[in-house]
Amino acid sequence: MIILGIETATARVGCALGGVEGVLAEFHTTRGRRHAETLAPAIEFVCRSADIDLSEVSVVAVDIGPGLFTGLRVGVATAKALAQALRVPMIGLSSLDLLAYPLRTSERMVVPVIDARRDEVYWSTYRQVPGGIQRLTDYRLSTPRELAAELSASRRPYMLVGDGAARYADQLGENGLDSGVEWSAYPSPGALVELAHPRALREEFVHPSELSVLYLRRSDAEINWDLRHGLTPEGGFDGIALEGGGGPDVPPA
Amino acid sequence: MTRILAIETSCDETAAAVVEDGTQVLSSVVSSQVDLHARYGGVVPELAGRAHLELLTPVVAQALIEAGVDGRRPGIDAVAVTAGPGLIGALLVGVSAAKAYSLAWQVPFVAVNHLEGHLAAAFIEEPHLEPPLLVLLVSGGHTMLVAMAGPGRYELLGQTIDDAAGEAFDKVARLLGLGYPGGPAIDAIAMEGDPKSVTLPRPLWGEGYDFSFSGLKTAVMTVLRKQPELHPADVAASFQEAVVDVLVDKARRAALDIGAKGLCLAGGVAANSLLRERALDVCIEAGLSAFIPSRGMCTDNAAMIGAAAFWRLEQSGPSPLDTGADPNLRLF
Ligand SMILES: [Zn+2]
Repeated sequence: MIILGIETATARVGCALGGVEGVLAEFHTTRGRRHAETLAPAIEFVCRSADIDLSEVSVVAVDIGPGLFTGLRVGVATAKALAQALRVPMIGLSSLDLLAYPLRTSERMVVPVIDARRDEVYWSTYRQVPGGIQRLTDYRLSTPRELAAELSASRRPYMLVGDGAARYADQLGENGLDSGVEWSAYPSPGALVELAHPRALREEFVHPSELSVLYLRRSDAEINWDLRHGLTPEGGFDGIALEGGGGPDVPPA
Repeated sequence: MTRILAIETSCDETAAAVVEDGTQVLSSVVSSQVDLHARYGGVVPELAGRAHLELLTPVVAQALIEAGVDGRRPGIDAVAVTAGPGLIGALLVGVSAAKAYSLAWQVPFVAVNHLEGHLAAAFIEEPHLEPPLLVLLVSGGHTMLVAMAGPGRYELLGQTIDDAAGEAFDKVARLLGLGYPGGPAIDAIAMEGDPKSVTLPRPLWGEGYDFSFSGLKTAVMTVLRKQPELHPADVAASFQEAVVDVLVDKARRAALDIGAKGLCLAGGVAANSLLRERALDVCIEAGLSAFIPSRGMCTDNAAMIGAAAFWRLEQSGPSPLDTGADPNLRLF
């Protein structure tokens, strides 16, 4: 089984190929040209590097967010079209799960934090369980200050990762960041492929037409329209279905 | 024989088509988001991007099935897409997906300018159009007079210096409380109004080939403030008459000046009933052959992108896979 993973939820854009042996080839960059320009040549590059033809790919995995809307659009559109054309199933994974996954051996609670712009962050919390980690909260969107208050109320030792943790270190504290783990600032395509593998073995697939993005935030136009019509914006957020929102576990590798 | 899968997601239509040799449309699927945006009075870019992402794969699947080329190796020779101009978040969906199909099927990728698509539209329904032609391209984002010497060879003669004609229709429809989209709403209500009832200016009438519509919109606003008792149908009819007068007059003069053999309409506003009728009148009077595409070919669709891609592929070859989407992509 060959899995192609596509990662575009943050400033990082990349892709990886993997299978039962783990990651076979990986490319990512957090600088340079934008996601739309970089992704397709990167897919060609990893295929050529690993000497794998796209027609050998049996699953397309993709980061479905939360994260940058533009980046996600590029990654998810590419992934859906590839899966459709290659006639293979898909696996969607959350950026926050991907950020937490490399820290699965941490004793502390792992808190991935992704910059959502406009002074807000996407975040969630995870704890170690035998063979993997488990998500403790829903995928959330809040101000860094609200997150800081929740963390101090939980009274657990924790470890922050992600570009949002770095950006708002003044409000969130430097827990975990002091270890200087630059690699954990962004979700990686390698982690995506590794995390998708057990799901692929369990055949937890979605059809390209059913895979959707975890936005967590609605468009400004919708929020403003609700406000003008006397509805609170929060009223709408509750209506958004979070994939995996009910069963918060990240399986072991 | 070259069979192209074409994709168009520049604004609020998610479209895919399969076109053979630039003129044979094997399928053309258009999924409109009009209902999604109507309550906001215009296209909401973020909502459009999200909707394209949901709709694109099903629309492409339908286009392949309708063309009878559905399969693991669908016999597609190239994948084309609108790379601009348009809404960036909307364009990115089509561009990303098109590159993915091109990678998966190992066929060339072709980036197309949306305006070139509109210019190519006429040739789909009338493959033997004889150049030189004068094209009046009128849509929500553009108002242009283009001299066409042949497929892929054109020169811009004039364009709007402020609002596009379609934008003026939308704004006036909003003033009249007719909702969105404004073009079809004004077209419909104007049928019951008297176009001579309100005196409105004809901006830049008889002067050069450039257009200006923002003053006309302001004039409608002033008239409505001074005479609130006016019937919306009369105002709509008078406004439409003023826009069409200017468009048709300039197109006629330009066609005669360049020695065009024919006049073509293109773009969403070319679906307007009065414009179609008057363009035909002018052509008969001036001895020009008229080409008025079907309404579905005037508004955004992917078949026209497939037609333009066929020219592009012949003239400049495939586009590199690191081509991005450009919201301000220029044709001239
Ligand atoms: Zn258009």
